[in-house]
Amino acid sequence: MSGDFNIDTAFFLKYLFNPPAIIWKGLWLTIWISVVAQALGVAIGLLIALSIRSKRAWLRGFGKFYVWVWRGTPLLVQLVLIYTGVAAAGFYKYPDIQIGPFTLTGPLQAALITLSLNEAAYMAEIFRAALSSIDKGQFDAARALGMRPITAMRWIILPQAARMVVPPLGNEFTLMIKGTSLLAILGIRELFGTLQQLNAATFRTFELFIIAAIWYLLLTTIMGFVQKRLEAHYGRYDQPAADSKTTPGLRGLFSGQR
Amino acid sequence: MAATDTTPLVALRDIRKSYGDVEVLRGVSFDVHRGEVVCLIGPSGSGKTTLVRCINHLEKIQSGRITVDGELIGYREHKGRIIEDSEKRIADRRQKIGMVFQRFNLFPHLTALENVTVGPVRVQGRDPKTVTAEARELLARVKLADRAGHYPSQLSGGQQQRVAIARALAMKPAVMLFDEPTSALDPETVGEVLEVMKELALTGTTMIVVTHEMGFARDVANRIVMMDQGAVVEIGSAEQIFTNPQQERTKAFFKAMR
Repeated sequence: MSGDFNIDTAFFLKYLFNPPAIIWKGLWLTIWISVVAQALGVAIGLLIALSIRSKRAWLRGFGKFYVWVWRGTPLLVQLVLIYTGVAAAGFYKYPDIQIGPFTLTGPLQAALITLSLNEAAYMAEIFRAALSSIDKGQFDAARALGMRPITAMRWIILPQAARMVVPPLGNEFTLMIKGTSLLAILGIRELFGTLQQLNAATFRTFELFIIAAIWYLLLTTIMGFVQKRLEAHYGRYDQPAADSKTTPGLRGLFSGQR
Repeated sequence: MAATDTTPLVALRDIRKSYGDVEVLRGVSFDVHRGEVVCLIGPSGSGKTTLVRCINHLEKIQSGRITVDGELIGYREHKGRIIEDSEKRIADRRQKIGMVFQRFNLFPHLTALENVTVGPVRVQGRDPKTVTAEARELLARVKLADRAGHYPSQLSGGQQQRVAIARALAMKPAVMLFDEPTSALDPETVGEVLEVMKELALTGTTMIVVTHEMGFARDVANRIVMMDQGAVVEIGSAEQIFTNPQQERTKAFFKAMR
């Protein structure tokens, strides 16, 4: 691992196994932004999907327009527009928000808003596909029991849709983790931004970016494990009675997902 | 088994329904009294299934009125006009009307027991412990006490349909609707479902049954309604319809059945 590539092995190993505090901080930022933005994206996406399925024409129109706009423009453009555009137009100046010991800075707020709203457009399409794949007889049976639409949705339809949503949701979350690297453009020191900053000081580009790749791979791999568990949970009712307790093992790890 | 009350439990008055230009129900009227078993027979496409789906407002009607226990179903009178009722009131009315579907429509993500308890618990807000005890009794009544923890995918068609019957009974409905309950079953499991339905009839359950099982209709029905092309051809006791049909259409139907 030396010679032509000119890799500083000692530097590489030191930053990989004994990373300085700022890398840990960057990593933590990447994780919580991804989780919060994904969770908000799922919640808003479900509402958008329901509005697209609504009986009311204006709700359907709104939902379709929302998806059209957010899916049709690049995330990077959205980030810059939401951060600079909204503030410049005077709608919202992004003052720091204090939540307990945490400070939510302006760029972080803009990042969370943009990532959530962007993700919602994709989740809306995923929910819409899942909901429309559920047999019409399920709605009939729920209604025949006297369930109102919201009760049927909560106890009958969504639990079945959830199972179809998990695999694409895993993909989305993987994209979200990797997508947070774009936040460096707003000066946010998440994992990628932090390593970029270190690079500016050390010029060890190759070593640092391999480290970045390793960290992202680790995060998405852990994510893959969680996804397999969720899939097993939601798939439990399709198992034959005899082996309904099977859980996926390591072999699931390298299959399928982006 | 004879009607003990002179006011009909279910009253259909001049029901008309069309899909676009196609009239599927052309003025259907008849009454069902408490404790009565009425079988709807007739060729495919005669409107039998549509009619029972109208009785709990899974289908809208264009004119006429349906009452169950004296209450208008799906519609209400407002300033002398008939308008569609609110979702909530329609859902409340449906609690009185149990329905069993041709394709079972069990909830695949719930166990047999949970399929039976979900209505009373989530719709009627009753105590889960009491409901579970009742649900176990109902499963025993349809001879599935040992399958309470199984998911629908782990049950045969006949077993699923019996769970579906228990699910409908759990709401303590005033009337049970059966929409071709044995048409989707393997021949060897038809008998077990008909047996359960026969037992219900003997214990005084008011039932409206769309069926092609002429043996069942002859043995169990108090009255038979023969339908063709969206209209009632004739109504009579099982004995009269089977041994001495008055209408040529009915005679031709029986001839074709053999």
